[in-house]
Amino acid sequence: MKYLDEYRDPELAQRLFAEIRRITTRPWAIMEVCGGQTHSIIRNGIDQLLPKEIELIHGPGCPVCVTPLEIIDKALAIASRPNVIFCSFGDMLRVPGSAKDLFRIKSEGGDVRVVYSPLDAVRLAQQHPDREVVFFGIGFETTAPANAMAVLQAHRLGLRNFSMLVSHVLVPPAISAIMESPTNRVQGFLAAGHVCSVMGTWQYQPLVERYRVPIVVTGFEPLDVLEGIRRVILQLESGRAELDNAYERAVRPEGNVAAQQVLSEVFEVTDRAWRGIGVIPQSGWRLRDAYRAYDAEARFAVGDIQTRESPICRSGEVLQGMLKPNQCPAFGKECTPRTPLGATMVSSEGACAAYYQYGRFIKAEEVGVAR
Amino acid sequence: MCLGIPGQVKEIYEMNGIRMGKVDFNGIVKEVCLAYLPDIAVGDYTIVHVGFAITRLDEQSALETLALFQSIGLLDEELRTDAAEEEAA
Repeated sequence: MKYLDEYRDPELAQRLFAEIRRITTRPWAIMEVCGGQTHSIIRNGIDQLLPKEIELIHGPGCPVCVTPLEIIDKALAIASRPNVIFCSFGDMLRVPGSAKDLFRIKSEGGDVRVVYSPLDAVRLAQQHPDREVVFFGIGFETTAPANAMAVLQAHRLGLRNFSMLVSHVLVPPAISAIMESPTNRVQGFLAAGHVCSVMGTWQYQPLVERYRVPIVVTGFEPLDVLEGIRRVILQLESGRAELDNAYERAVRPEGNVAAQQVLSEVFEVTDRAWRGIGVIPQSGWRLRDAYRAYDAEARFAVGDIQTRESPICRSGEVLQGMLKPNQCPAFGKECTPRTPLGATMVSSEGACAAYYQYGRFIKAEEVGVAR
Repeated sequence: MCLGIPGQVKEIYEMNGIRMGKVDFNGIVKEVCLAYLPDIAVGDYTIVHVGFAITRLDEQSALETLALFQSIGLLDEELRTDAAEEEAA
């Protein structure tokens, strides 16, 4: 398949591995921000084939994993209502709330539907004018333009029965939070390619300067990931901290300007709680006042939500790169993709799910992966 | 979530006032919103995420990146060969 197979070539991958081995002289800790990259790394065994000096720290770039428990519980409360059609990306259905998940609500008779695109939810609202259609609007900057367009389209069509439960998160404030954490070990970042396709690369220059940390915009195929790692190491080994783009075929410095215009029309920046991490200032988007009529939180009074996290789940530490998934005592025992205790075991982008799916059951230190 | 699939634009049209199109993903054709790529044309490649084309794939950059991968290690090999030859001489 064009633009995919070329970036999976094993022979070129060997060359990149050899080059990375050649240029690496010291230990370095690099964070891949995006959960899609985490999956590519674990699926292809990249972390195990890198020189032992290089540690990959898995970042918080899994929107399903960081959507706050309170919002999940609100989703469950709204989806339980008899007149509601609750639409979501499939990943969200198994994410554990305090007591249930969306699958359970569906099995108890709630009308919960998986949609591919937020525009599918708008179409459902057109088809069912007597029902309330609610879309679960989560995601990073990559997904936000689609959700913003759904709100605009509902507005244009005059749909009064469409609303969105919005919990958008942003990458640059998360990088700041990681760099400012007293326990931070990250020395270089692979920035999330598709987030930058939308937002451009300019937001990252101030971070490079403020924290003197290399940031390389990186794609998702194995060769893309290896090239991102190679470029970060080149900078680290020579004492440089620069913004670099290793995913030029899909990322322009200015990003997608048309998408950015719609984003700033529909959303405004707000403080946001990240599940397992806590509140990160100015790290999310919410609907602007002009579109508040489409805000599901305002439309459905769900009352007081008392949240309760699993007492043994350590996904917060996993999301902050402080713990590898298979170092968690519950990993593969109490916690599996069928019986997840935390969202990181659910999402196709969650680090715990990746480790489980690709058989990383052995304690990481036994194979020398984590240090 | 941020998964994006590359595909080729096959058709562009308007629906409910939004620029839409058909995109071919290696034989599977799906309807995609093209509103965020006002300049994209039939035949171009794009990356699609949750039913939206978010960026145009740039052929020139793609070829350059692949050429870079091809060349990695070659310079090093040549230098090593030169050094070996010098030593032999």
